[in-house]
Amino acid sequence: MTTTTRIERHHYDVVVIGAGGAGLRAAIEARLAGKKTAIISKSLFGKAHTVMAEGGAAAAMGNVNSRDNWQVHFRDTMRGGKFLNNFRMAELHAKESPQRIWELETYGALFDRTKDGKISQRNFGGHEYPRLAHVGDRTGLELIRTLQQKIVSLQQEDQREFGSYDARIRVFSETTITELLLDGDRVAGAFGYYRESGEFILFEAPAVVLATGGVGRSYKVTSNSWEYTGDGHALALRAGATLINMEFLQFHPTGMVWPPSVKGILVTESVRGDGGVLKNSDGKRFMFDYVPDVFRKQYAETEEEADRWYTDPDNNRRPPELLPRDEVARAINSEVKAGRGSPAGGVFLDIASRRSADEIRRRLPSMYHQFKELADVDITAEPMEVGPTCHYVMGGVEVDPDSGAAFGHVRGLFAAGEVSGGMHGSNRLGGNSLSDLLVFGKRAGGHAASYADGLTARPKVAVHEVEAAVETALAPLQRDTGENPYTLQQDLQAVMGDLVGIIRREGELADALVRLAELRERVAKVSAAGGRRYNPGWHLALDLRNMLVVSECTAKAALERQESRGGHTREDYPAMEPKWRQVNLVCALDGDTVQLTRKPLPKMRPELIGLFDRAELAKYLTDEELADFDALVADAGEADNR
Amino acid sequence: MSGKRQFRIWRGDESGGDLQDYMVEVNEGEVVLDVIHRLQATDAPDLACRWNCKAGKCGSCSMEINGKPRLGCMTRMSTFGDDETVTVTPLRTFPVIRDLVTDVSFNYEKARETPAFAPPADVAPGDYRMQQVDVERSQEFRKCIECFLCQTVCHVIRDHEENKQAFSGPRYFIRAAELDMHPLDARTDRKEYAQAEQGLGFCNITKCCTEVCPEHIKITDNGIIPMKERVVDRRYDPLVWLGSKIFRRGETPQTSVTTARQGSATPGSARGGVHSHAGGSHDSRAETQAQSGVNWHREVPHPTAPAVDDRGKLPLTELTFDRAAAPSPFGDDVTFPLPPEHLNFAHPEQDNKH
Repeated sequence: MTTTTRIERHHYDVVVIGAGGAGLRAAIEARLAGKKTAIISKSLFGKAHTVMAEGGAAAAMGNVNSRDNWQVHFRDTMRGGKFLNNFRMAELHAKESPQRIWELETYGALFDRTKDGKISQRNFGGHEYPRLAHVGDRTGLELIRTLQQKIVSLQQEDQREFGSYDARIRVFSETTITELLLDGDRVAGAFGYYRESGEFILFEAPAVVLATGGVGRSYKVTSNSWEYTGDGHALALRAGATLINMEFLQFHPTGMVWPPSVKGILVTESVRGDGGVLKNSDGKRFMFDYVPDVFRKQYAETEEEADRWYTDPDNNRRPPELLPRDEVARAINSEVKAGRGSPAGGVFLDIASRRSADEIRRRLPSMYHQFKELADVDITAEPMEVGPTCHYVMGGVEVDPDSGAAFGHVRGLFAAGEVSGGMHGSNRLGGNSLSDLLVFGKRAGGHAASYADGLTARPKVAVHEVEAAVETALAPLQRDTGENPYTLQQDLQAVMGDLVGIIRREGELADALVRLAELRERVAKVSAAGGRRYNPGWHLALDLRNMLVVSECTAKAALERQESRGGHTREDYPAMEPKWRQVNLVCALDGDTVQLTRKPLPKMRPELIGLFDRAELAKYLTDEELADFDALVADAGEADNR
Repeated sequence: MSGKRQFRIWRGDESGGDLQDYMVEVNEGEVVLDVIHRLQATDAPDLACRWNCKAGKCGSCSMEINGKPRLGCMTRMSTFGDDETVTVTPLRTFPVIRDLVTDVSFNYEKARETPAFAPPADVAPGDYRMQQVDVERSQEFRKCIECFLCQTVCHVIRDHEENKQAFSGPRYFIRAAELDMHPLDARTDRKEYAQAEQGLGFCNITKCCTEVCPEHIKITDNGIIPMKERVVDRRYDPLVWLGSKIFRRGETPQTSVTTARQGSATPGSARGGVHSHAGGSHDSRAETQAQSGVNWHREVPHPTAPAVDDRGKLPLTELTFDRAAAPSPFGDDVTFPLPPEHLNFAHPEQDNKH
């Protein structure tokens, strides 16, 4: 008899790992398809990181501007992602997000309204028309709560029909999956532990949907919660799936770096739009020194001109604080590295000395209240200390655009939301993440259900695999010679933040890979004090393994891609290179090591590429691609003439 | 203000435990949760504590700090005296799992028992039409981050395990209120349900829940009290009883804000605006002022015109009005004596001091 016989076992048709927007939407879909569905939540039900989303969910409903439609949304998404997006995902997303939003209303969501009673939509960076369905600045919370309550309502139906709330859909809260179990190349189940008790749990299921979110916890300054340790990315890799676009991380240039209580929290760009300026420790407004030649025509050269812009934008050029995010972040980085940073390692964002307290409170009410409440920082009285903060990972599991099924050599594995890659290309537009969760959550859940239907025999969980998983999970508790997991996490964060951060250089990336290899040795020997009951040190020790492998993917891909595009900025290759647009970098695991391969991007269908102007395409495409485009246009012209 | 500070943290599990003393470094600008994280990284790596967003948005890090239910991420160290000991204990109302982590499954069970939103049968997705003023009432309650501080502070269950069976708690009263006020919810028995199944009657409006709410939801004033009032109206009011015999329930012409529902996809905006000196005003600034204490210069809320029907008359008759006797000229939601902070009296001498 082995130890594995005492492990709690469950049989499900579909297991959804992750209980944020994508996971809950996938679970709803699988349950509606009649599948017995489990939702695994690392936190309590309804606490997922989706609640942090403020702006809204992008969907071309055309409620505010009737000229909006899916084609315009598609164009905006491709532009935002610098044409590296998987075009099919961007297309599906643009087409289906309105239905997904309307559907939420039937679950009980209450969005802000227009005058004629429709869902109101707001403007956002990169979106041509007002497009974001929103609820004040708490849209993510509304989305999570709505999906949570929909699941409850499905459970109530099951209670009436079968006498048990858990009959067909059950939430396992505070449960972490450490391993996917395979039968050959098919998913057979998932192994994990209850955080509360430390007891192990085994799910036998033919289909698994990953919806675990991002990787931000590998960075020192991040807006992400502890859950964001790249679990899904790592589980997929170890199960034989592939990751793409891992070099692309979205950093916001102005996250708070001080005080600690608000470290990482974003300071909205409108602070700069409303007059806030960036200063170094000498009190100098340094952005004037960092205007690149290509932007010089649009941006002011003197403080006087810049200050006139706020009231008279037609006759003056923009202040350089309003350069694109990556430029601002680069400038902040340079100032800090030159020793002119703030005490906490950022720079000063000053609006207090430039606008009256009343005006600041009126124009930036939520910023004012947030910092007042959380940090006792009065932004009307003192400057903020800000620096780049890790916000979102564009890269993730490489999936089939229509079904969300993972590529690589594994079947029965699906992914949706931030953990999947391709949809956002090299840079995500604000508002596209919430709609992404809904569109691809539904698709992944539905396709996981039909995959489970199509199986003739259930894959079997092998006993020895479970034994191995138990051993791996218990190892940190049984060692007492290794290092403290918190120290290792700090070291990992330091490597990633300092060497694979917002601005990257070849030498630093190579150095990072060496250090990550050293960390790998140390993480393999990590030890956790205490017992199995709700022991955060042990939990972190198990998460470290995932954070490490995902960090290796990011560092390797960042070293390989010799250009700057969206969320990947190389100081040594500052330009966007059309040849690199044709390439996705794909990570796979060979034994323990990350293997990187180049893969050509799928070619956009004619009717989709035809939505763009040639002048715009010229910025992104190679000459050969442009020639193809011209031929296409000529053909279409001839067809019209006939 | 950096330096070592004295912390007393409850360590233990369901079999027992006690407060343990820690001297821990505290830096300027930190909150209690930062200090707990530092303890985990140094002296107590296995100290159990829930947290997620660390920005007051997820409601995970609920704990009792110096006896008060708070969010760890929103309790600044600067609010304590320099040599004050900070005592952190788990939520008292729920069973301890370990250290600061409690078993909050009570709340999820009550959530499952509360009937879900019932979509209107004949409205297709995309055809929902609601007015902003109508959704705002429910939206206030949907701000809830489910930190369960209102649940832990509620004295009905805080020290009375035996009440838990029959009492859902403030979180689920506002859930019922939210659905009751939802312009398109197809169920009409939310209040009756709250009274009969959720134990609304146990609540005697001590307002502790409103006090601890980190989202500043007016749980009692805007959620519980309106629910209680309407339940009382329906149960005991002979005129409403008579009306309900003449008109079928749901077709009864309603005038009060919280029950105004046309039952169609396009309900009118708040027709019968409550005009009052107290909570019913739509002037949120005046309300905030009222909450922050006596303000002798407070402006009187703008009077709101009553809603009239097509003929320009008040839509009232004795038979259809929802309570006995004439309505109060001060508004139905005003009780006397008025709280002093709602008064607009300017004291001649105090005037000079300000």
